[in-house]
Order: sequence, then C-alpha cells, then structure tokens
Amino acid sequence: MPAQLRKEAYIMSDIFANRGVAVSAANLTKHYGQLLALDHISFEVKTGEIFGFLGPNGAGKTTTVRILTGVIKEDEGSASILGHKAGSLEAKQVTGVVPEMANAYADLSGWSNMMLMAELYGVPSRTAIERGSRLLQELGLFERKENLVKGYSKGMKQRLILGMSLISGPQLLFLDEPTSGLDVQSARLIKNLIQSLNAEGKTIFLTTHDMDEANQLCNRVAIINQGKIVALDAPEELKAATSSLHSIEVSFDGTVDPELLARLPGVNSVKKVGDKFRLYTADPGQLITLLVNYSSSNGLRIVSLNTLTPSLEDAFVALIDKGAH
Amino acid sequence: MSNSTIYQEQLKRIWAIAKKDIRIYYAKGPVVIFGIVFPVFLFLSFMIGRQLALNFMIPGLLGMVLFFTATAISPAVAPWETQARTLERLMSCPVTIQTIILGDILASFIFGVLISIIPVMIGLALGMTLTYPLVLVLAIILAAFCFSALGLIFSATPTSLPSNVMMLSSMVKFPVVFISGIFIPLNELPPWGQAISFISPLTYFTDIARRLIEGKGHLPIAVDFLLLLAFTVLFLVIAAKLHQKTMPRRI
Repeated sequence: MPAQLRKEAYIMSDIFANRGVAVSAANLTKHYGQLLALDHISFEVKTGEIFGFLGPNGAGKTTTVRILTGVIKEDEGSASILGHKAGSLEAKQVTGVVPEMANAYADLSGWSNMMLMAELYGVPSRTAIERGSRLLQELGLFERKENLVKGYSKGMKQRLILGMSLISGPQLLFLDEPTSGLDVQSARLIKNLIQSLNAEGKTIFLTTHDMDEANQLCNRVAIINQGKIVALDAPEELKAATSSLHSIEVSFDGTVDPELLARLPGVNSVKKVGDKFRLYTADPGQLITLLVNYSSSNGLRIVSLNTLTPSLEDAFVALIDKGAH
Repeated sequence: MSNSTIYQEQLKRIWAIAKKDIRIYYAKGPVVIFGIVFPVFLFLSFMIGRQLALNFMIPGLLGMVLFFTATAISPAVAPWETQARTLERLMSCPVTIQTIILGDILASFIFGVLISIIPVMIGLALGMTLTYPLVLVLAIILAAFCFSALGLIFSATPTSLPSNVMMLSSMVKFPVVFISGIFIPLNELPPWGQAISFISPLTYFTDIARRLIEGKGHLPIAVDFLLLLAFTVLFLVIAAKLHQKTMPRRI
C-alpha cells in the first residue's frame, strides 16, 4: 500500500476508533470524607449501545453518573464524553440527563419546564416548540402540558423529566434509575422509549438495580460494588459465566434427606425451597438422569422437576458475593 | 465554538435562569407585598413622631427598601432548589456555576430595582426635591446589583433549609441597616460609629441618595460610587468562590 494511502487508512481508522467511544472513564476515584465511594474505576461505553450500570444501593452508581455529567468533580482519574472532557460545557451540551430523584420545577407548567431546558441548552425556539410538542405527545403529557407540575403524578413527573432531557436532541443520555418506583404503565412507556431512542442511534447509559430491566434493555452491563467494577459483559455472557448456578428443582412423594441429594455427583449445593429441593449444578442434563435413578432405586416418585437457568439476578448476587469475599 | 459565542450563549442562559427565578420565587403576591410592606413599616416605626423633613426621610427609606428587597429572596433560592431537588438537573445543563449565580443575582436585581421605584414615586408625589435623577438611577442600579451579590454570599451556605439561611442573613442585614446612615446621618455618628459604617455598602448608597435628595452627603459622590463598585466586585468574587465549593456538596 502506498504511504499516502496507508496514512489515510490510519487516519480513518483513528476517526472510527474515536467515534466508537461515547464515554470513557479512566481510574475514576472519589472520596466523601473517609468513605472511598469510587475506587479507580475504568470502563468504556461504545456509541450506539445501551450500557447498564448495576449495583446495590451505595455501590457508587450515582457518584459515577454525577462525575460523568459534570455535577461533581473526581478526586483522581479522568473521564471523557464523546471526546470532550466530562463536566465541560461541550460535554454537557451533547448530553441529556435524568438524575436520580430529580424533580422538575413544581411551580411551573410541564410546558414551561420543557422550554426552560430548551433555553438552557440554547435550542432555537422554533425547534424547541416542535420537539417539545412531539416529546410531550410521545410521553402522554400533551393534554396536561399547561398544568403546573405540582399536580402531576409521580409517573407523569418522571416522564416529564425524561422529556426535558431529550429537548436538546442529545447524542448521549444518562438515565439514573429512570423507572424506580413507577407504576407499570409509566415504566413500560419509558422502557419502550429507551429502546426506540437507541434504535435512532442514541447511546444510553442506564443505572438500575432492576435486573429484568437491565436484561431486557442493555447490550452490556457493568456491575459495580463498593466502588469497584466487579464484572463487565453482555447480560448473557454474565449469566453464562455463572454456569455453576444452573439448578434443578425437584420434589418427591416421600421424605428425602437433603444430605443424600448433596452427595450425588455434580451437585454443588442443595437448598430446600418449600416442599421442593433446589440442586445447583454445572451439568443439569447429567443430574436429571441421576435423580431419576435415585428415585427409582429408593422407591420414590418424582412429583415435579424443573430446570432453572441462572438469571441476571443470580449472576449479580454471585458476583457481588464473590467481590465481597 | 469561539469564546465570544460561548459568552453570548451563557448570557442568554443567565437570562433564562433569572426568568425562572422570577416566575417561581419572586412573582408571587405575598413576596411582593412583603418586599414593600416590611421595610416601610420598619422605617415608619423609627421615624413616626420625630418631625423629620421629607428630604431626610426618603433617602433612608429608599436605601432600606432597596437593601431589604435585593437581599430578601436571593439567599434562599439555592437552598430551595436543593430542597426541591431541582438543582442537580440545573447543574447538569451546559451552564457554568457563575452562570447560575449570575442568573440568581439578575432576578434579585430586577426585583430590587422595580420595588425601589415605589419610595422614589412616594417621595416625588409628596414634593421631594431630586437633583440629577439619572445619577440616582445609576446608583440604584449599582446598589441593587451589589446587594443582590451579597444575597448570593448568604445563599452559599450549604443547607437545604431556607429558614437557616434566612436567619443567618437577618443577623447580618439588621445591624447593617443601623450602621449605614439610614436613621442617623453619618456626620452625626461618633468617630467609631463612622468607622464601622464604612464596612457597609449600604452606607455609600444612602450617602449618594442623601446628596441627590437632601443636598448634603458625607463623602464625595465619586468616592461613594467607587466604593460601591468595589464592594460589588468583592461580593461577586466571594459568591462565585463559595458556590464553586458548596454547590456540588448540596446534591
């Protein structure tokens, strides 16, 4: 390849490499007094993906979001948003934010809140009016747009905040627990909107402690605990990584000693759940055969038998426990 | 984006924040009525029955009204936003902390200037003399900005309870009124009283108003303006530094 072409190819690949990263965090660290809230965490979010940030309460999720959205400053490390330094005006300009437990101005109408955000992001007024009307319609708030927000239900307020974060047409959205504590209808509407925004090409950084939500929505998830990232992968990969959490739930028509079940080859542990036994194993197929043999040789009849694949929640708990130990 | 475009954009956003403050915190019946009634009654309680000339009373009343209104609401805006959980959303917008506090100052400034028209009108209606009205307008503008910036120093207290800030600001505001030549002209104060009065920016505004209305001031008017300007700059710098430190701690 001629040198000039090689150089151009290099430049192009460099551009794509830059385009590929929406959020980059390197060694982010934050202390609150004696408490180490974030301990040198590093990760990257690719453009166009829905990135889930999972963790128990107090793990450091909101601290991370606040650093990335420029509300607080990191003590160490650095972060960039679409190539701009996190917290800079340029980074904030291309970002939409739904902070955890944030409120719209209760003494303003839904519409005034939308227009205030448009002004704060410098959106031209004609675009703001068009986009604001469309968003409020999509969010089911258009009929109530002139009402003061203090008369809105919790679900309506949260939908409004999401609308406010979208008025500037951001390329990247930070959603901190957007469906927490909402009614099923509002939560579903928000989840559907997240999916359609992502389909339009927007990158979404979603913190949640709802495993189903993360499982349904996210391309990749990072699990954070005590200020450290303990795992980062696609939800299915995380589940697969905890294959020892495959289990079989079985019940018999007679009394069985769980000790004996635990001695069956391939059984990692046994838990009694109601009138059933849950046997954890890496190889459910082999265990089923063993259980059938066991019941017939002991004069027992199997009443029910289910195989359970590990949920993201199982993976989450296992990873958090592993991290804690 | 060039620097001048950034500044232009931030100026528009200062105005957006000020409009928001005015609609939420200022344009309310009780706030406006309290803003006028409180200083007027406080003033009357000291002046009634003392057979004082109108030209002596109006500069004092004007100084009090301007000082109290420009520092009435501004100290509580940041605690209110903290309590209502609207601050984090605001801080994650593409605005600097300076933009947020200048927006708060601008709202307070507009409120102070508008309300201070009332004592001037009362004075003129009752036959007050006023030389150089434009100089008085200039003084009102500068002082309203200065006192609003002082209000923003109070609001930097990292609390979500507006009552805490109100208490703190009252503890400063009331003594300031007594040492600023409102009730007793500066030249009638003992030397130690005069020395204390120079640490109050209200002194310089009252002195300008006395010279323009009553015809006698204590300091040269240019000195009054310069010192008022110096206080404004000082308050702005302090308010910006304090909020830079405390605003992230509010959320």
